Amino acid sequence: MTRLDEALRFHETALRLRSQRQAVLASNIANADTPHYKARDMDFSRAMKMAMSGSGMSNSQTIVQERVQGVTQHRDGNTVNVDQERAEFTDNALRYEAGVRMVNSQIKGLLSVLQG
Amino acid sequence: MSLFNVFHIASSAMSAQSQRLNVVASNIANAESTDSANGKAYRARQVELMATDLGKSGGAGVKVARVIEGSDAGRQVYNPAHPKADEKGYVTMPNVNVVEEMVNMLSASKAYQTNVDTLNAAKSMLNHTLTIGQ
Repeated sequence: MTRLDEALRFHETALRLRSQRQAVLASNIANADTPHYKARDMDFSRAMKMAMSGSGMSNSQTIVQERVQGVTQHRDGNTVNVDQERAEFTDNALRYEAGVRMVNSQIKGLLSVLQG
Repeated sequence: MSLFNVFHIASSAMSAQSQRLNVVASNIANAESTDSANGKAYRARQVELMATDLGKSGGAGVKVARVIEGSDAGRQVYNPAHPKADEKGYVTMPNVNVVEEMVNMLSASKAYQTNVDTLNAAKSMLNHTLTIGQ
């Protein structure tokens, strides 16, 4: 069964990492008014590389880091730009849906092969 | 699964913002209250928001750490006939800035709406995930 697992592993990893990133982006939106909260993001391509290279569980401490580009600090120490976070959230949600579609079409491909 | 965390995160923000709206409503309602349970004029209250770590998933919810009372003194109005007038005839009014409270109200309701959108997006993503293989 490992061959079948391998076929789906790439997209399954992508979906898992996308949903983790969704949680990080949702935290940023939820903490848009919290003083001294620093906006965080996940480097998705690095996380995918680490997960696919088989180095075990990706260490989430190194992947989720403070956002540094284009960040303006508000007077209360908060660095969340709600519009940017909403855009990233929508972008990530769309890519998640794309991943779901791809898993579906892969499964359909596998099924059509199995059914001859 | 991390998408279920999004429900916790968004709902924590929704309850924090509605508590904030509660405090704003108290302040606006008591903008002219010269008396309260402790005998003094009403003091404007603010919520202090705090991020709560939800574990190693990288998500952080938000909660109201505490409700603090403003320390700046309320304005003094000269009205010697008022029952709460001091010996010089001045009455201490609450230190509520109604314009500031209106801005807080708009900010709290917008943040609440944004978090409802986050919740809806997570829900539809999970619904689509359930269609895998069908």
